[in-house]
Amino acid sequence: MSPLLKLEGFKLRYGAVEAVRGIDLEIGTGEIVALLGANGAGKSSTMNGIAGLAPVTEGKVYFDGNDITELPSEEIPISGLTLAPEGRRVFGTLTVDDNLRMGAYAVRDNTSIDASRQHVFDLFPILAERHNQYAGTLSGGQQQMLAIGRALMCNPRLLLLDEPSLGLAPRIVEQVFDLISTLRDQGVTIFLVEQNVAGALEIADRAYMMASGQIIREGSAAAMRASDDMSAAYLGEH
Amino acid sequence: MDLILQQTVNALALGGTYALLALGLAVVFSIMGLINFAHGELMTIAGYVLMYCGLAGIPFAVSVPLAVLAPMLAAMAMERVAFRPVRNASGATMLVTSFAVAMILQVLFQNLISARSQPVILPDALSQSVTIGGLIIGVNKLFAILATIVMLIALELFMKKQKHGIAMRAAAEDFAIARLMGIRANTVISAAFALSGLLAGVAAVLWVSQRASVDPLMGFTPVLKAFIAAILGGLGSLRGAVAGGFVLGFIEVFLAAFLPSAWQEFREPIGLSLVVLILILRPNGLIPAATLQAQKV
Ligand SMILES: Nc1ncnc2c1ncn2[C@@H]1O[C@H](COP(=O)(O)OP(=O)(O)OP(=O)(O)O)[C@@H](O)[C@H]1O
Ligand SMILES: [Mg+2]
Repeated sequence: MSPLLKLEGFKLRYGAVEAVRGIDLEIGTGEIVALLGANGAGKSSTMNGIAGLAPVTEGKVYFDGNDITELPSEEIPISGLTLAPEGRRVFGTLTVDDNLRMGAYAVRDNTSIDASRQHVFDLFPILAERHNQYAGTLSGGQQQMLAIGRALMCNPRLLLLDEPSLGLAPRIVEQVFDLISTLRDQGVTIFLVEQNVAGALEIADRAYMMASGQIIREGSAAAMRASDDMSAAYLGEH
Repeated sequence: MDLILQQTVNALALGGTYALLALGLAVVFSIMGLINFAHGELMTIAGYVLMYCGLAGIPFAVSVPLAVLAPMLAAMAMERVAFRPVRNASGATMLVTSFAVAMILQVLFQNLISARSQPVILPDALSQSVTIGGLIIGVNKLFAILATIVMLIALELFMKKQKHGIAMRAAAEDFAIARLMGIRANTVISAAFALSGLLAGVAAVLWVSQRASVDPLMGFTPVLKAFIAAILGGLGSLRGAVAGGFVLGFIEVFLAAFLPSAWQEFREPIGLSLVVLILILRPNGLIPAATLQAQKV
């Protein structure tokens, strides 16, 4: 079976800064794949490049066999791929409901939007309780839930999550990881950036390790858990 | 007491017009960080549509919608031709572009229509007045206040309840993420211009109904005032624009009415000093925008 997402020679540069220096990776349908690495390794750049938030300098991105490298970010959710970006970035001046409504902007079918909304409220009952509140007044953890919920509103087949556990209390972090597993069971393929390596490797099937814009290791999550150069990559000793 | 009430009506009529204009500036600024000085020329276009409709004997009920539609289309065309190419440029570049657009339009009006002020034929009813509770109110003032109220309510409903209005607010807050949701940059910016054109058109109808004339520079003064109102309210904030418009209207009308005659020639600088004073007390405006930095595409 062909992979759901495939990067080939993927490079991303900001002016003189080479954030990603040519990586290849594949994600199969139904997998949870983690992307690990120290600060500044180029993880967010990879995510943003895939989702069209930052322009890809060189190489190709294939989603479901289609070349989406040049597709503008506004076309991407329609194809079934979305990103919950680093730092939550919920619309603080919009209510929870309206944030979710915007998440479903690309969806035309109203019954499907209602179903997704109900699905998000089932996953995060606190959002149902706060549905009329401005997102800017939610707690950090609630905003993270909203960011994930908003991403789910377009019924993605592939969900990119950039540090979903950042800044959350340990108990909530566990909930987020449980949720990611649940989503996979519901048929969503997940590509996950995490600083919480142990947590990520526990739920992931496979993982890639990045350093200085390159992939320095890849393998099954189990093999990665067992290896000892994980900490080295995190301390930036590569 | 009656005089104060009378002037309050005048201030509401003038302030409402400023509010509509300031809203038009704010809608565009909040989304793309552009202060569109050619907003005034959108008003002028609406003024000329009223003038030609009057000459052609087209009833007011038809000419008003035409006068509102024309600047909407003109604003969208302006965006497509002049502003889209500089969308990712600096604020200064966009500002200069808007000056250029304004000047080109002014020259076109001067050469294709007339450099001089042209009378606009208006329905007689507009120049009459009605008595409400002892107050004599000009029909044109009443019309201005009612039109402003209707526009503000409609805009509020659009921005709060309509998918496209909500998308505009989302784009104003974080354009990159809005696009990630599938909100098209071209669509939302074009819609913002259409909305600003609509507001300029309504403001122009109200402005012309008080003056019954139009000239190539007609839009300049009111839009300068609207710009001051937008800053006074908090640049990029829609509620701020409305508040700023009304406050400026009240300042101008009340100074004109109550300043001793010897001081009248200093009315404008005194009014502006009051605005500056308010800004010293509230540097970000009366109702600042939630996101101060306007995210660009
Ligand atoms: N918009 C930008 N302009 C210039 N340089 C950038 C930009 N965004 C990221 N970079 C640089 O690119 C490199 C990779 O950044 P990136 O955000 O992808 O790292 P990351 O792996 O996500 O790190 P973290 O774990 O801290 O989030 C860094 O050196 C960073 O300084
Ligand atoms: Mg990052």
